[in-house]
Amino acid sequence: MGALIADTLQGPKVDWFALSPLLVLLGGAMVLLVVAALTPAWPKRCYALFTAAVAVGAGAMGFATWARVSHEGSQSLVADAMVLDKPGIWIAITICLAVAMAALVTDDYLRREGLDGPELYVLYMLAALGGIVMAAAHDLIVLFLGLEILSIALYVMAASHRKRLASQESGLKYFVLGGFSSAFFLYGVALIYGGTGSTNFTEIVAAFDATIDDRSNSALVLAGVALLLVGLAFKVAAVPFHFWTPDVYEGAPTPVTAFMASAGKAAAFGAMLRVLLQALPHWADDYRPAVWAIAVLTLVGGSVMAVVQTNVKRMLAFSSISHAGFILVGVEAAAHGANVSMGGDGVSSVLLYLLLYTVLVMGTFGVITAVGRTGDAATGLAGFRGLGRSKPALALGMTVLLLAQAGVPVTSGFVAKFAVIKAAVGVHSYAIAIIAMVASVIAAFLYLRIMISMWVADPEAGDDTRETVRVPALLGVAIGVSVLFTLAVGIYPTWLLDILP
Amino acid sequence: MIEFPILTMLVLVPTFGALLVAVISKRQPDLVKVTALLTSVLTGGMSLWVLFAFDKDATANDGFQFVSQHTWIKPWGISWHLGIDGISLFLVVLTGVLFPLVIAGIDPHHDHKRYLSWMLLLEAGVMGSFISLDLFLFFLFFEIVLVPMYFLIGGWGYDNRVYAATKFFLFTMVGSAFMLVGIVATAVLAKAGPGGAITFDLIDIAKNADFAASTGRWLFFAFAIAFAVKVPLFPLHTWLPDAHTQAPTGGSVILAGVLLKLGTYGLLRFGVFLFPEAAVWSRPLFLTLATIGIIWGAIAATMQTDLKRLVAYSSVAHLGFIVLGTFALTSSAITGGVTQMVNHGISTGALFILVGMIYERRHTREIAELKGLQKVAPVFAAAFMVVMLSSIGVPGLNGFVGEFMVLIGSFGSARWWVVVAAGGVILAALYLLWAYQRVFHGEPDEDNKSFAELKWKEGMLLLPFIGLIVFCGVYPKPMLDRVQPSVDRLLVHVEEKSNWQQPHPSEPVERIEEAHGEGDSADETTTEGEG
Repeated sequence: MGALIADTLQGPKVDWFALSPLLVLLGGAMVLLVVAALTPAWPKRCYALFTAAVAVGAGAMGFATWARVSHEGSQSLVADAMVLDKPGIWIAITICLAVAMAALVTDDYLRREGLDGPELYVLYMLAALGGIVMAAAHDLIVLFLGLEILSIALYVMAASHRKRLASQESGLKYFVLGGFSSAFFLYGVALIYGGTGSTNFTEIVAAFDATIDDRSNSALVLAGVALLLVGLAFKVAAVPFHFWTPDVYEGAPTPVTAFMASAGKAAAFGAMLRVLLQALPHWADDYRPAVWAIAVLTLVGGSVMAVVQTNVKRMLAFSSISHAGFILVGVEAAAHGANVSMGGDGVSSVLLYLLLYTVLVMGTFGVITAVGRTGDAATGLAGFRGLGRSKPALALGMTVLLLAQAGVPVTSGFVAKFAVIKAAVGVHSYAIAIIAMVASVIAAFLYLRIMISMWVADPEAGDDTRETVRVPALLGVAIGVSVLFTLAVGIYPTWLLDILP
Repeated sequence: MIEFPILTMLVLVPTFGALLVAVISKRQPDLVKVTALLTSVLTGGMSLWVLFAFDKDATANDGFQFVSQHTWIKPWGISWHLGIDGISLFLVVLTGVLFPLVIAGIDPHHDHKRYLSWMLLLEAGVMGSFISLDLFLFFLFFEIVLVPMYFLIGGWGYDNRVYAATKFFLFTMVGSAFMLVGIVATAVLAKAGPGGAITFDLIDIAKNADFAASTGRWLFFAFAIAFAVKVPLFPLHTWLPDAHTQAPTGGSVILAGVLLKLGTYGLLRFGVFLFPEAAVWSRPLFLTLATIGIIWGAIAATMQTDLKRLVAYSSVAHLGFIVLGTFALTSSAITGGVTQMVNHGISTGALFILVGMIYERRHTREIAELKGLQKVAPVFAAAFMVVMLSSIGVPGLNGFVGEFMVLIGSFGSARWWVVVAAGGVILAALYLLWAYQRVFHGEPDEDNKSFAELKWKEGMLLLPFIGLIVFCGVYPKPMLDRVQPSVDRLLVHVEEKSNWQQPHPSEPVERIEEAHGEGDSADETTTEGEG
């Protein structure tokens, strides 16, 4: 009897090394949570540096697994619930980078706002864990688990500024709408399960291989595909599922906004690629028009709505929507050659865009963190007025980052856009490529407005009495790294393109 | 042996100059100015060196000289490929000469450090655009030029500068949006079969790619929109008067002098050269737009009350002639167009400097408020007169050479357009002379009595312009000798790749001479130049 139980309940073989980035993050989060609870407050900067170190360690383990994948190819993990391949690792490293930079940005912010404590850092690491699981999932249920780990951490983080009502509101709004979208996603999972009898990607594909010719169950599956798409489109903030974005981005603490826009987006797009390409390649012809339409709406909607904003955080929320549209163009290109191995120009352009945008948006929100001043409220255009005179280096850095977001050459933003356009044109999606470029011109208008505020706008009464903008050391490091990376990739992207999967 | 990478240095020297200026302390304004000036003079010197070392009979490398080619972004087939031929040579020299003059001679009044830094960056971008032989590289420079120009207009312009700067940036960027997709599509489609490596190399694609006619036309239009905005071609010209009027004098000079030429140069190099079939096919459209631009620009200029806006609209007309010449697709018309690019840069640049000087003295550019300046400032008036006559295209001055060659060269292949466009020459005389009359003639009133005479420093700034105006007008042969072989090579390429046959060059010329009957001495200068 005992032997029978042991046989029946034998766990799958676990490749601990392949999971090491997750373990490092989990360990780091637990250590910080437990140890910080038992010890008196750590000296300043220690929480942030610890978190950054953990994230860098997790990223380093990611590189180690990368080396193995280069040698041995992709592998399935934990009884095929997850997969170890280059796109997954790429996104894991991107997310780790986001955690490290977010930690640096958060450090002084918490002290300035009187919120000191390790909780936010713990949540960063846990959210990253969820994001990495999403991007490496090979089973819809596992993917959903990752999604929820990430989302719940983000809800709490959005509400973590206890002294700002906007932050509370943002957390609640995100929670309600996020729960709604999770339900869509889950229902989609259920329908796919109903249509194929499994939630595992391999088995789903096998089931479709057998049934795709007569398209039995197609109504059920198509409804499932649509619901999955809605759930994921919500997470990446695509129009028309974007309504939460401006309010949440504006209300959440600025470093958290940065984390949402970078790590959150990277994880969600990773999951989207997994679902669309690895689980549903047979249905590419059916969902591609939907992706196309969502991409166009997102591009145009994000750019146009950004133009009328006056709050910089809101502007960047809409700009992040427009960037999501650009990435969707890459997804659309990837869907042209949908195959379970996740290769091709489309996928690599999405991955490249995610990494470059992560660094870019971290730096941009880093500057906004500084300009927001105590209370995190001076994020209107007026807050930027005269920055070119009072803090020329910061303003110059911001200018580089904004030009990069606008896609001006010699910056990483241009490289990212170029890769996406190249992927789209490569599969003859000319219309969407042109729409994307024109939308990016409309979006450029809002970056110009911020630059005008910094450099050109005349000072107004009361400007002198404002709190001066401080750039503490760790924040400065984060912004500096972001700007240098932006320029380095812009001038010589070959090193990055060579390792792109 | 590795040759000295002179073209690379033309880009890198101003770039590093800009960085150097940016890091020098604000407390050392003189050092800032000297650094900027030295950098631009060095760049100008190198461009002159290129001019003198240029071999007008060279045929290697498809006529491109001083070529430097290095792999840059290998996975995408992009290389750092620079080269210069007769078409780009004088634009490079113009850029090299114009910038030191602007930096030395025109005072931005505030924030010198940032101004000079942007100026040098602008120079690097413009230089790069004229010498790039890789589509990606060209786009990069073409687009990067927007940033310094945006900040120059926005930071140092007049009252409505933010509006003008934003309009300038967005208009041009919309054009570029199409061009970027066009560039990528060109490279992807030119790639021979699925196994072929992707390349963005201009010459490679122009020589080897074989686009289907309809594909080529789509691609051509994607490029042409960007250039048409930049030129600017009617009806996409509306950004230009605003940008010019609001830009600081230095910005206007550069904008008119070299930036607009990016459009006409682009049409030749990346339109006609890359897609000959499409260019031939779309001739009627571009000839018509160019002709409308000539007449429209001239009429609009006549109606202006602001002197600077008048000059801006005159640019629309002048650039119409260049586009007319480009799409007439005959040897002398294109040569004339290229010559006109340079000459318009010189004379309109000088006009903007003069208008800027008037504004410095009177703080207005309204024609109605200026009167009788000739009485109080005769030397100033004389300088204005020479420059204005060159802009009108009076024989003996530089403006005549290009315009006349365009008209004469186009007559055989685009007769009725020329007939209409020739009216633009007369209108040019009308609006400029009328403006001159209102501003300089008559008795000065109270406000204009104290109008200061030309200072020697201002004279030194104008002298090179006037020298070039006269020299290029009297003896254009050296320039034509260098431009024409490259233009002929371009036309041979066009005739190979499309069904175009340019009419026999001597035929229309003779006819014109007969029609004119007496003909004048300048005719001969021009026809000699063609030989």
